[in-house]
Amino acid sequence: MPTVEMTFTPLPAHVRTARLVATAVARRSGVPEALLDEVRLAVGEACSRAVEVHQEHCPAEPVRVALTGAGDRFEVVVTNTAVGDDGMTWPPQPADGQDPAALPAELGLAVIAGLADDVQVSRNGDGLSIRMSWPSGPPAG
Amino acid sequence: MDLKLEHHTTDGIEVVDVEGEIDVYTAPRLRELLIDLVNGGHYQLVVNMEKVEFLDSTGLGVLVGGLKRVRAHDGSLDLVCTQERILKIFRITGLTKVFGIHDGVDEAIAARKSEK
Repeated sequence: MPTVEMTFTPLPAHVRTARLVATAVARRSGVPEALLDEVRLAVGEACSRAVEVHQEHCPAEPVRVALTGAGDRFEVVVTNTAVGDDGMTWPPQPADGQDPAALPAELGLAVIAGLADDVQVSRNGDGLSIRMSWPSGPPAG
Repeated sequence: MDLKLEHHTTDGIEVVDVEGEIDVYTAPRLRELLIDLVNGGHYQLVVNMEKVEFLDSTGLGVLVGGLKRVRAHDGSLDLVCTQERILKIFRITGLTKVFGIHDGVDEAIAARKSEK
């Protein structure tokens, strides 16, 4: 069972809330302070992407985030239920190199890949799940 | 912390001071400001990110979009940033090679002037 589970309406304004909750649970789960910025950014990227595909395909459905702090890893799973989310390539492909300011097609995924040392992307029912984890120590407080 | 945007002209260069969090919710406001500045004829821009607490890929996309707009007018968009947690996202995405990133506004302006 996740330590904390949340669902939120797919609106950009709620992504910050998801980031703050994830960071708080990570800290409490014993994730080293030096890694908390990475958790915050990676969770934000995953949630931003989920909000984007939900707004396009299923704006009435909530985005799901499960945070699990048991054991020696802190795990985050961000799940979207967007049936039309079939265009994702994992691992993200680099830009073509012709234009120095060209960005990878899925910049958020490129950022996640650069931040979390353990990332898995899988089809989950109707949509996609992004599972990320970081090492954690003894739970704080 | 919301996003706070201010801008002023120094030595003919438009300096944009950004404070707070640039994410999927707030980035559109930065995008609008950069577009307004370019439409107003400001093609030499310095974005001061020293008070930015959070930056995600949406924010990066807005900065790259701004860079492309000013380059279309032979302009420039330089950044001021010394915070390691913000610089890290530029390194991960390879954008340190795309932007001039400086330690201070004065340094950014001086570097731009020396290239003229």
